[in-house]
Amino acid sequence: MNTELFGVIITFLLTVLLAMPLGKYITKVFKGEPAVTDFMHPLERLIFRVSGIDPAESMNWKQFLKAMLSINLLWFVYAYFVLLFQHKLPLNPDGNAGQAPDLAFNTAISFLVNCNLQHYSGETGVTYFTQLFVITFLQFVSAATGIAALVGVFNGLKEKTTNDLGNFWVIFTKSLTRILLPLSLAAAIVLAFNGTPAGFNGRDTITTLQGDTVQVARGPAAGMIAIKHLGTNGGGWFGANSAHPLENPNYFTNMFELVLQMLIPIAMIIAMGSYIKRKKLAWVIFGVMTIGMLCLLIPTMVTELNGNPAIAQMGVAQATGAMEGKEVRFGAAASAYWSIVTTIISTGSVNSMHDSSMPLSGLMQMLGMMINAFYGGCGVGLLNYLLYIIIAVFISGLMVGRTPEFMGHKVEAGEIKIASLVCLLSALLVKGGAALAAYMVTHHPEMALTVKPAAWLNNPSHHGFSEMLYEFTSASANNGSELEGLGDNNMFWNISTGIVLIMARFIPVIGPVAIIGILSNKKYIPGSAGTLRTDSLTFGAMTFAVIVIVNALSFFPALALGPIAEYLSLQ
Amino acid sequence: MKSFLIPIRLTVVFILICSIVYPLLIGFAGKLAPGGGKGETVKVNGRVVGYANVGQKFTEDKYFQGRPSAVDYNAAGSGGSNKGPSNPDYLQTVQDRIDTILVHNSAVKKEDIPAEMVTASGSGLDPDLSPASAYLQVKRIAAVRGIAEEKVKALVSAQIQGPLLGMFGPSKVNVLRLNISLDEIK
Repeated sequence: MNTELFGVIITFLLTVLLAMPLGKYITKVFKGEPAVTDFMHPLERLIFRVSGIDPAESMNWKQFLKAMLSINLLWFVYAYFVLLFQHKLPLNPDGNAGQAPDLAFNTAISFLVNCNLQHYSGETGVTYFTQLFVITFLQFVSAATGIAALVGVFNGLKEKTTNDLGNFWVIFTKSLTRILLPLSLAAAIVLAFNGTPAGFNGRDTITTLQGDTVQVARGPAAGMIAIKHLGTNGGGWFGANSAHPLENPNYFTNMFELVLQMLIPIAMIIAMGSYIKRKKLAWVIFGVMTIGMLCLLIPTMVTELNGNPAIAQMGVAQATGAMEGKEVRFGAAASAYWSIVTTIISTGSVNSMHDSSMPLSGLMQMLGMMINAFYGGCGVGLLNYLLYIIIAVFISGLMVGRTPEFMGHKVEAGEIKIASLVCLLSALLVKGGAALAAYMVTHHPEMALTVKPAAWLNNPSHHGFSEMLYEFTSASANNGSELEGLGDNNMFWNISTGIVLIMARFIPVIGPVAIIGILSNKKYIPGSAGTLRTDSLTFGAMTFAVIVIVNALSFFPALALGPIAEYLSLQ
Repeated sequence: MKSFLIPIRLTVVFILICSIVYPLLIGFAGKLAPGGGKGETVKVNGRVVGYANVGQKFTEDKYFQGRPSAVDYNAAGSGGSNKGPSNPDYLQTVQDRIDTILVHNSAVKKEDIPAEMVTASGSGLDPDLSPASAYLQVKRIAAVRGIAEEKVKALVSAQIQGPLLGMFGPSKVNVLRLNISLDEIK
């Protein structure tokens, strides 16, 4: 029990300790200062030449977004068709079939937008070819897209007045060659040496000690598992994701994968401090995010370690906590920690089944995704937090009766409108989606879908509602974890969550980039005694309050019907 | 004019790097790892009886049994029960498992049964038991096999893997290795 708690604390401290030098390194890379990976220069020059990129070209925010969106569109078309025809392509030792059009639509989008919602099971729904050429590829480039968008914003904030956000192609390429590829390569080798398969062999057939014949799924999984965490993607090689003993073989790999997924989100905060020379602001943001995480984590840990009250009534011992859907080698504490880490930073990989988490934990997991800015996903977490800052600046400005300012630029109606609309978007997508699904279940239970609505839910009552709410929350947060009991591989879920995914990815990226693009173009006003300081603790508390109020107003009613009602029914 | 070609060319370049070069490099490195990158297998008398990390089904009373599995230990797939903590059907299943254990282990009292013995794992392929779950089955196995209880107990103790570096995480027992060592007792 104590070793379980100790393991969690050390894992978090290690993450922060490693993120600090990484953050400084990221700043050097994107400022073009000498860095240890400068041996990549010739490769980058070659990539630019082959692709026809002029690295000296600068981009304003519109050109920057145009470049980002055009290449994303191309990836979607590519991924969709490869998934559709995967059975006709090589590297399919297990003879898996092609994906149906609606499933391919969902899968292509889901990985394109860094969400990794999986309506298929890794062992049967994809081939080794699509695992590598679609899934792994998109896991790399979607993470690099997120990092590039954030670095573009840094560039806008760095100068007093500028319309240059940097060159998207260059930032994108360097995110891969300097950060994601080298780190993933090293991480994958560590995983391979701990028992994760890395070879291309298909399923193995063995006879067990007791004499049963069993097939064991394998494949070149180690590389994908590395980038799935580093890039906060989360989509697993195997159906059970990181609960699978080949995907996450022991407590060491569990700590390792936990560090990997939180590493870049925290490093980007530190990078921001040194990149735009506002270290204090970065530490205040880190502080608010950490307090936010603890508010979600502590109740989750306590409730999971205490076990299921309904099982306690049966009279068995729950010394190890609530163990349904959890693995013995991780224990309840590390599983609870993982479930919060993966939901606040939009990874969405799981090492325990969230459908079987206690109601209070389910509540915290959903809140983590709804807020989506406590560290947050690769690059995009800080962008979401920036929106909350803009709203906090506006509200504080109203309270003290001054024109709101952020980093020496007036925040005016246009920027506030963008920030508010983006913040309201997730409430619309989550509640609208869940309401539509609930309507289908109650009014059209026998509709002729692959899985008819009456059979969607794996659990009755409040928990069944949570399954639907969680699915749309995860899609809207681009998280990718699911309550896996939901029968989601059918037209309704594939299309509806697919649409939510696209909107919830690109609007919250376009919004902040546009805001910073507009702001940084305005005249710079030097700070004075009357300026609202955004790097003070007071303002940090203000932002925290805004986050709590916005999300409580948006989501409390829906949460009351799901996890809160279930929690009360179990007492 | 040619700027619309940039996304296409850049995509081809990175497919080459991320989907071909990257997995091949890891594949080669994996060959040096234990199990040659194909997953570590366990052999008895030269015959492969399982993967060290992948749990397998034990139903016979003479073996230590692993945790309940939602996929019946079918390692071509994986997954948990995804049952919510308040689901009445699920709670009935747990009650049935408790009853089954009590039938097969006549000496065991209900309050000694650890929760992990009556709840399904996340992967359905959990290779481990907690030490308490293994000790729970000692009496039954000693009786079925006709060996001294102390001997079986010592076997479990010898197979317990403590926390990582003695500091982090829970203790566990690998069921397959435990059962192999059990078979070795004459």
